[in-house]
Amino acid sequence: MKNISIELTVNGQAISSTVEPRTSLVDYLRDELRLTGTHVGCEHGICGACTVLLNGDPVRSCCMFAVQAHEQTITTVEGLAPERGQLSKIQDAFCEKHGLQCGFCTPGMLITCQALINKNPHPSEAEIRHAISGNLCRCTGYQQIVDAVVHATQEV
Amino acid sequence: MSNLPITPAQFTYIGKHRRAVEHRRFVVGKGNYAGDVLKPGTLHVAIVASPYASAKILAIDASAALVLPGVVSVVTGAEINAAVLPVLPGVDAPEVRRFPLADEVTRYSGEWVCVVVAKSRAIAEDAAELIQVTYEELPFVLDPEIAISDASHHVHEKAGTNLIFNRQFVWGPVDEDFAKCDHQLSYRVKWARSSTVPIETFALTCDWSDATGILDIWASVQMPKYPEQIANALKLSTNAVRVHYDVDVGGSYGVKRGLKHAILLGYLAKKLGKPVRFIEDRLENMRGGDMQGPDRLFEVSLGFQKDGEITCMKMRALEDIGAYAGRSPLQLGKPVGAISGPYRIKSVAYLAQAVLTNKTPQEAVRGFGQAPTNYALESGIDKVARFLGMDSIAIRKRNLINKDEFPYLIPSGTHYDSGDYATVLDKALREANLEELIKQRDTMRADGKLAGIGISSCLEPSGGNSSFEPLFNPKNETTTWMESCVVKIDLGGQVTALMATSTSGQAHETMVSTVVGEILLQEPDSIRVLHADSLNALPSNSPVGSRMAIMLGGAAAGAAKKLRAKLITIAAAQLQVSDQDLIFTGSQVHVANHPEKNISWSELVAIAHRKFHLLPKDMEPGLQEKFVWEVPTGGELPDDQGRVQMYPCHSFESHVVLVSIDPDTGKASIHRYVCGHDCGVMISPDVVHGMTYGGIAHGIGAALMEKFSYSPEGQFLSGTFMDYLLPSSSEVPAITIVDHCTPSPLTEFGQKGSGEAGYLGSPAAIANAINDALATINASIDYLPMTPNAIWNAIQEKN
Amino acid sequence: MKAAPFDYHLAQDLVHAKDLLHEYGHDVKIIAGGQSLVPMMAMRLAKPSHIVDIARLQELQTIKQVDDVISIGAAVKQCSLENNPFASKVPLLEIVLPWIGHHQTRHRGTVGGSLAHADPSAELPLLAFVLQATLHSDSLVSGQRQYTAKDFFLGPMWTTLEAQECLTHTDWPIWSGPGIGYAFEETSIRQGDFAMASAVTQLQIDHDEKVTRLCFGVGGMGGTPYSFEDLSSTVIGKHLSIDVINDLCEQAIHSTDPASDLHAGAPYRRNLAKILLSRTLQQSLSMAKAAIHPSLR
Repeated sequence: MKNISIELTVNGQAISSTVEPRTSLVDYLRDELRLTGTHVGCEHGICGACTVLLNGDPVRSCCMFAVQAHEQTITTVEGLAPERGQLSKIQDAFCEKHGLQCGFCTPGMLITCQALINKNPHPSEAEIRHAISGNLCRCTGYQQIVDAVVHATQEV
Repeated sequence: MSNLPITPAQFTYIGKHRRAVEHRRFVVGKGNYAGDVLKPGTLHVAIVASPYASAKILAIDASAALVLPGVVSVVTGAEINAAVLPVLPGVDAPEVRRFPLADEVTRYSGEWVCVVVAKSRAIAEDAAELIQVTYEELPFVLDPEIAISDASHHVHEKAGTNLIFNRQFVWGPVDEDFAKCDHQLSYRVKWARSSTVPIETFALTCDWSDATGILDIWASVQMPKYPEQIANALKLSTNAVRVHYDVDVGGSYGVKRGLKHAILLGYLAKKLGKPVRFIEDRLENMRGGDMQGPDRLFEVSLGFQKDGEITCMKMRALEDIGAYAGRSPLQLGKPVGAISGPYRIKSVAYLAQAVLTNKTPQEAVRGFGQAPTNYALESGIDKVARFLGMDSIAIRKRNLINKDEFPYLIPSGTHYDSGDYATVLDKALREANLEELIKQRDTMRADGKLAGIGISSCLEPSGGNSSFEPLFNPKNETTTWMESCVVKIDLGGQVTALMATSTSGQAHETMVSTVVGEILLQEPDSIRVLHADSLNALPSNSPVGSRMAIMLGGAAAGAAKKLRAKLITIAAAQLQVSDQDLIFTGSQVHVANHPEKNISWSELVAIAHRKFHLLPKDMEPGLQEKFVWEVPTGGELPDDQGRVQMYPCHSFESHVVLVSIDPDTGKASIHRYVCGHDCGVMISPDVVHGMTYGGIAHGIGAALMEKFSYSPEGQFLSGTFMDYLLPSSSEVPAITIVDHCTPSPLTEFGQKGSGEAGYLGSPAAIANAINDALATINASIDYLPMTPNAIWNAIQEKN
Repeated sequence: MKAAPFDYHLAQDLVHAKDLLHEYGHDVKIIAGGQSLVPMMAMRLAKPSHIVDIARLQELQTIKQVDDVISIGAAVKQCSLENNPFASKVPLLEIVLPWIGHHQTRHRGTVGGSLAHADPSAELPLLAFVLQATLHSDSLVSGQRQYTAKDFFLGPMWTTLEAQECLTHTDWPIWSGPGIGYAFEETSIRQGDFAMASAVTQLQIDHDEKVTRLCFGVGGMGGTPYSFEDLSSTVIGKHLSIDVINDLCEQAIHSTDPASDLHAGAPYRRNLAKILLSRTLQQSLSMAKAAIHPSLR
């Protein structure tokens, strides 16, 4: 099995790596780049804990091999904050509205919510619920997550 | 126990909106989960599992696996089981022994047979595929009603039976009371095997050091006495195991017990002299992770008068615990502490039966058996109402314990501490706007849908206790269920608290800093809360049984109060007054009515830490206090009728749900969801609300779509998230919570526990709503989950 | 759940892809979006020694109109069908889109991938059957080929494609003229799950509301989706009364062979499919009538 060289941008940084083809993107991010913010929940494309932005779109990084990310741009939860010590609007809103508990689904959820508000700056509750329906959470019952997105998008 | 109601004082920090401390690291992806821990040189583990319900292991050929590059070791049951001690059940069934790997015989589809250790998880999986296990299939039993008979195949031959717990409790003159009733009705309901299925699977690293003689464990765990049980099994002394409780646990809700995982990996770590890590993949987690929950058949009889008063109950609970027994049979025991629900039922007979079958073992699930019991009881309350032509609200109002009757003693020996059930129900109904709800329901009915309103009114016993252990195993005379906290004020005047167990989303750091801040009148965000490890921790019994607000909150408050008293005593000596003359404001201590006679916090800290010459005589220098305490109302063994105070504090919830059913597809939709909730004083309201929303979502899953299924051949069918369905934001509706507060007289601030809220009453309310809808066509459904197909079947089978 | 080892080949263009597929044809799988393939590989249900990545083939990325069909490249992402001026000429494509997985999967999953995966409960295979799409492939060994849906889909997860054949594009007929109506219905336990059953109708009526064209079918009711062409021909020139609709659905479902699984038993599926089919027929008819008589809208 031949290893493959890949070049990609992760959270604004240009990265070069050599990977086994079978390494999933989420495992590459976590094990190789030690960006452990993105989590593994199911490895078969249902739970959404592994969601990252691929060229600005939310995708399941457990359903991609790292080699497929060659020449692509990835944003993980570690890349959401504008500066060190600061939080993005959505991260801040999650804290304010208690939109998380154990935090395990949260990175994927934040990515999905960020992608939503990038496309739709003032989503309705129905649109929010539809947008996050591919991210499973077992702690929150989703209510305070929806409240957080509403809060993030209604602030002046 | 005080009979006086306590009104909540004006708190400075308690009960206020506050951002959770933990969230700061979670939202930037800097949580410290077990799967993030990667020690240098870590080896990785994959499991080979049996595909059969019941089989003898004839041979294991690992030769091809062992020569694969990167493979370090293959270990079988023959090797490890000779080196470790088995884990025994919580009930008296010493022949039901449990080892990490199957010993000669496998007893469920998914049981661990052997383990591969390799340089990467991927290589370990490659190697696992190369291992050839030769099995001889054996008879098996899947149906608990068959397993219960002596003629059935015995899951554990040496046990001689599958019925490893079988006790008839009789509390009060039940037969006499039934004879005196105008009516009685009997019914069966079935709670399906489901669980809370956290998004994070069980993960751990074990690392043994010859140099220190310590086995370090980083695990995603929620388990009382975890280090001790691992030490015992591995024949290590109990101070040779160090569990790191500062690991963030990605959700547990009861299930992450991880004993066999840690015994296995502890053995491997010691054998190989390297850190060993195992992160369950989802398949391993669903079938062999031992986190499946109650699988319970109820047969209930209720005796009642024609005016709706329900006076007596007989309940049989037959629990299918799977192929091994950990704490699972005890899940029949905890509901004893609220067996009559919030009602004035006078006498109860309870037959609790735990039976082994060839399925994945059951573990403790949120509520520890209370949610199924509430479902069974609440279903019956509605059936009584329908029988009498009363509505579901009126029947409850007729039977709810009145607010003037607390503390209220139930037939099984527990006192409920405080409550006002009718008010909570009323608040929920008002919030739901019952009149509007009825109109909505009737409009949907006119439109050709089936529609119904469901109510549930349920207890949430909280605080934890060991009482169900001696109740279910009289040989286990234990009554201690303690919790601890250490609080210190350092040289710089900053406060740090040390808690003794793990957290899985309940925001304990936030709760403890709020409590300590309240007592010491310091800004909670300035207070740091750390998790000890099991060697430097004081005793704890883990966040189980909705106990942490009560017990850890109480311990933190206790330690903080000692510190405050000490500061006052130091001040008294300096100001030459007595302690009683002083007012503590946090930033200073001053003489009452003489604020100019004061001494500041930092001066007091300096005296304690640096000015021994100014310290009162015989006073310990520094500012550090511990508080270890027993659960309030605990400390007594059950009497020989099986009566005992189960848990100390009793929260209460009342759900009001409007559902509709498409009669052609059987699909149910929830249109309105209101939950009235009373857990006494809420230390962190955001946290309490969050967990209640989450509990309701768990309940929706259990009610409508979640089930661990087995084929007739005992094959496990629910291994993936395409088979086992978890509700998404499209399946969980908007939920409104309405709070009420009846403080507990037993706790520092009047707080009760609330970790299981929502889940305990949700399946009952949804089932009642669906049955209210089905009743219009004389149909009913008495089992979960109420999937579209199940509801459609019920519609076809209508009387 | 880590995939078994394999060698990865990134195709630069279609010629390169065909060469690679030919070279490794004994044990190769094509990957585009990977939303079906990668989970299967993680579960080790698929263990190809070679993967050929066609996701970047420019030739397979276009959506365009060619005469009276919309031609969609096989590697077009599902999300690209949304708000696309060409795809909107086959309106059912956009209608089923929210039902296909979740938006995360639609950002990677491709039209060709869903068709080649051939899940009998999936939306795009059902549309391909009912709308009579033509599926085009190419390979070094056999050159360009085209298939009807009936020839293409052989059974669950099983198509007529050979290992080295690559789907290149699919052609979807455009309906024109007045009086067109269409509808899609699906029932699953959760939003985004595979359907327990699904149904789709597209029809056209004349000014007297008699049927001039009808195609309808169901998914999740057998090894492949069903399209009831023979039954359709029996109602050409007739009014679609409720009795006719009921009769059509009765006969249609009678010819299906639904399985029982964890989520739905066969009797339930039959009833469900009948209900959904009837609903799509009725909804399509209402829509077509409104198109004919705008004042009645």
